Amino acid sequence: MSLHITHDARERIIHDAIQTFPDECCGFLYGTETGDDRLILEVQAVGNSKDGDKRRRFEIKALDYLRAERYAEANNLLLLGVYHSHPDHPSVPSEHDRVAAQPYFSYVIVSILAGKYNTIQSWRLNDASQFEEETISRSQFSN
Amino acid sequence: MATVIIPTPLRKFTGQKTKLEVEGSSVKEAIEDLALNFPDLKKHLIDDNGRLRTFVNIFVGDDDIRDLQNESTTLQDGSVISIIPAIAGGSH
Repeated sequence: MSLHITHDARERIIHDAIQTFPDECCGFLYGTETGDDRLILEVQAVGNSKDGDKRRRFEIKALDYLRAERYAEANNLLLLGVYHSHPDHPSVPSEHDRVAAQPYFSYVIVSILAGKYNTIQSWRLNDASQFEEETISRSQFSN
Repeated sequence: MATVIIPTPLRKFTGQKTKLEVEGSSVKEAIEDLALNFPDLKKHLIDDNGRLRTFVNIFVGDDDIRDLQNESTTLQDGSVISIIPAIAGGSH
């Protein structure tokens, strides 16, 4: 179970996380899948629609989700998951992340400490609804 | 007959089908028809009391059924229903 991310997609996620600090950022991951291995080719930032403390919570509007599914279909890509940031916290899913998580999706989390990039990790729910880490590797594609 | 768009995370419960035709004159009937044909999908849509789960949003076209008549929203022939999982989380 591994997640390949193009250099460009990875940089966009990290850039969004830094720009949105001290709030949590969020967005969608699009790509292709071969067996358990996924390739993220494109990412799309969306607004954090959480009412309340955006420093420790994120939420994506239903209409933004609907548009993301339509975008994936129109561009012959799969909607493979979402990313979000943990400002001043590790890139490890919280219990809140786990309870709200969807099956199948990859959850990429970026840790930002004091406004600077720290770590990036990806997680997927197993059949027991527990997160398992999936290895992130740089794609062989150069973009 | 209406069409239901299955979101990516739930396609493993529909044999990877992305669109399904369902019977029903309301959203409630359409979801029940779907749950009947795909029992593994049911627990992700309907709670133990037979109501739509809080973490699931249903749209007909571009409209949230909460802005229409909720589960009683009527369907026309050719209506497109989208199941939208709530996406949320947070650091602690």
